[in-house]
Amino acid sequence: MSPPRILMCPPDHYGIEYEINPWMNRSLGAVRELAFLQWRALHDELVSLGVAVETLAPQPGLPDLVFTANAGLVFKNRFLSSRFRYEVRARESPFFDAWFAANGFAVEHMPDTMFHEGAGDALFCGESLFAGYRTRSDAPAHQWVGRALGVRVLPVELVNTRFYHLDTCFCPLAPGEAIYFPEAFDAYGRKVLSNHVPKLIPVTEDEANRFGCNAVVVGKAVVHNSRCPRLAADLTAAGYRSIEVELDEFLKAGGSAKCLTLRLDGEEAAGWKQGERQEDGRHEPAEYR
Amino acid sequence: MAARHIEHVELSGHIIDSLLLPKVLDAIMTRGAAYEIEEFRIGKRQDDPSYARIAVRADSADVLEQVLAEIHPHGAVPVHTADCKAVAADVAGAFPDGFYCTTNFRTQVRLRGEWVEVEDQEMDCGIAIDPEGGAARCVPMAGTKAGDRIVVGRAGIRVFPVEGTEKKHDLFEFMTSAVSSEKPKAVSVREIAQAMRRTRAAGEKVLAVLGPAVVHTGGGELVAQLVRDGFLNVLFAGNALATHDIEQAFYGTSLGVSLEKGLPTAEGHEHHLRTINTVRRVGGIRKAIETGRLTSGIMYECVTRNVPFVLAGSIRDDGPLPEVVTDALAAQDMMRRLIPGVGFCLMVATTLHSIAVGNLLPAWVKVACVDISPATVTKLMDRGSTQTVGIVSDAEPFLRALVGELEKAGRA
Repeated sequence: MSPPRILMCPPDHYGIEYEINPWMNRSLGAVRELAFLQWRALHDELVSLGVAVETLAPQPGLPDLVFTANAGLVFKNRFLSSRFRYEVRARESPFFDAWFAANGFAVEHMPDTMFHEGAGDALFCGESLFAGYRTRSDAPAHQWVGRALGVRVLPVELVNTRFYHLDTCFCPLAPGEAIYFPEAFDAYGRKVLSNHVPKLIPVTEDEANRFGCNAVVVGKAVVHNSRCPRLAADLTAAGYRSIEVELDEFLKAGGSAKCLTLRLDGEEAAGWKQGERQEDGRHEPAEYR
Repeated sequence: MAARHIEHVELSGHIIDSLLLPKVLDAIMTRGAAYEIEEFRIGKRQDDPSYARIAVRADSADVLEQVLAEIHPHGAVPVHTADCKAVAADVAGAFPDGFYCTTNFRTQVRLRGEWVEVEDQEMDCGIAIDPEGGAARCVPMAGTKAGDRIVVGRAGIRVFPVEGTEKKHDLFEFMTSAVSSEKPKAVSVREIAQAMRRTRAAGEKVLAVLGPAVVHTGGGELVAQLVRDGFLNVLFAGNALATHDIEQAFYGTSLGVSLEKGLPTAEGHEHHLRTINTVRRVGGIRKAIETGRLTSGIMYECVTRNVPFVLAGSIRDDGPLPEVVTDALAAQDMMRRLIPGVGFCLMVATTLHSIAVGNLLPAWVKVACVDISPATVTKLMDRGSTQTVGIVSDAEPFLRALVGELEKAGRA
């Protein structure tokens, strides 16, 4: 089986140059050397887990290009390019598009009347695409993606602006299993998650604020920000290996492990990936209730 | 009685499993409106999208508007998407019926298929489209001329969420809860000082909206110092603030009370009237300075440092001072002209002027409202100036702490 592939972008030009989410504060700029060390630690940890890490060339003037999770949504060999809510980030799209086109993906664009921030707001768990809306992505954009990909999309409202992308408060571990921060959702959203994800592991507020949910899953390993002891224990109890990597310089921009990565061959929890893994091409049963 | 106000919206995609349809229907009923599902197609398999066309009915246009605004983010969009519609104003000084009522949030209108930013964003206005049809701006009702093209309905209009501006009140994030006298003042003051420094560094203006209690409590000299140090760049106030400020300069009293001794002075009750009379006799505040009569205080610093000010009159004014603008609409317009470029607004000890200015500011301008009465701050927020951070404090102690904080930073 081919190794997991992840796209990352080195933080050569990373910094807090504008404020587009509640975490960003230009007066508390990130320390670039420290950011580089932390990014390198994450990179090396993923490589040691057997991941083939691809790197995108950093670009001056695009400090958030490091957050490759927001480039777009990967579905098999298709790349749905993001429509960023803020112009400062929309400038990243040509670089992401060029990389994906050069690497054999079919690059697609959604209508420019919509906002959609890629894998930051759209995460497969089993056959369903869970989708966060309101703060950055629009509910209709998610519905458009559902139609374009022919998958069931379940938009859930993000009601706490500190958890402005779905990947800051929800992380699928495997089909039917995820960690999440309940207070980032309203009662409808919590109900949707519990209806469709049988095993939900809640993350405490303190550890959610450390972006514990913004984790990278590689097989049974879960890489997340440091000082999340409760999450580490819960993951261990659930049969996962918790790996902590300090990423606090990126927390200053409202990002952590997941935001810094984009899985190119499908997340571990994606149902379609499970299907692709089966050599006879049959899909696994869709229901996990 | 059948509801007369109706709008058709559609919702499509995975709206059943995601609970978006029940969420939208709940929102419609919670707001006191009613719905009728006119068309409903359910996806046959779980990957198939569903579709609902819903008629939303309400007893009043207001309720309908509220419901539509609330369900829009969940993907319930008006059936017809088109350019915004504008009609010529048929009556001068009034909008056409069915006009679109603005908020203080960033707004765009669709003109010839393009989304165009609405300029001069201000709540409770209409949107006028320029004669060439390429630009749009907020206009007050009274300023409408017959023939002006005013946007009507909701089609072709989009309002941006506050997230981008949210950061600005996250400056004071620890106190985004309702205003209270129980909050630690030192932290709030430090945050306000930081916001003022940041505003100045960004080349934007700090607007001060001040009530007379600033002077009564002995804070006049502190404000004068903030003007001298370049921390206050525009002043909005009324007749009273200027009068008592000048009274202090002339007599050392405010409403006849000695600011040195805290005691009423003999014949002190006449001081403010004698002050106004003196200024009126020389022809205004500027003239009083030119003739060497007025040599200190807030108004003195503003005039000598070219800090623009608007003194808006009110019904109970004595005099008033010649610079006071007694036509309320003219005063609003003068204030509007000074708002572009304002990055931070400090309101101290005034309810009337605070709410007036809150109405004029776009939601992305941070506001700190300081008042001894919590009701002033809550009132401001309840009227839509949600970007406000409130501090319950008397004026002078707050100003003293603020000046101290700004000086501390100046030395650092």
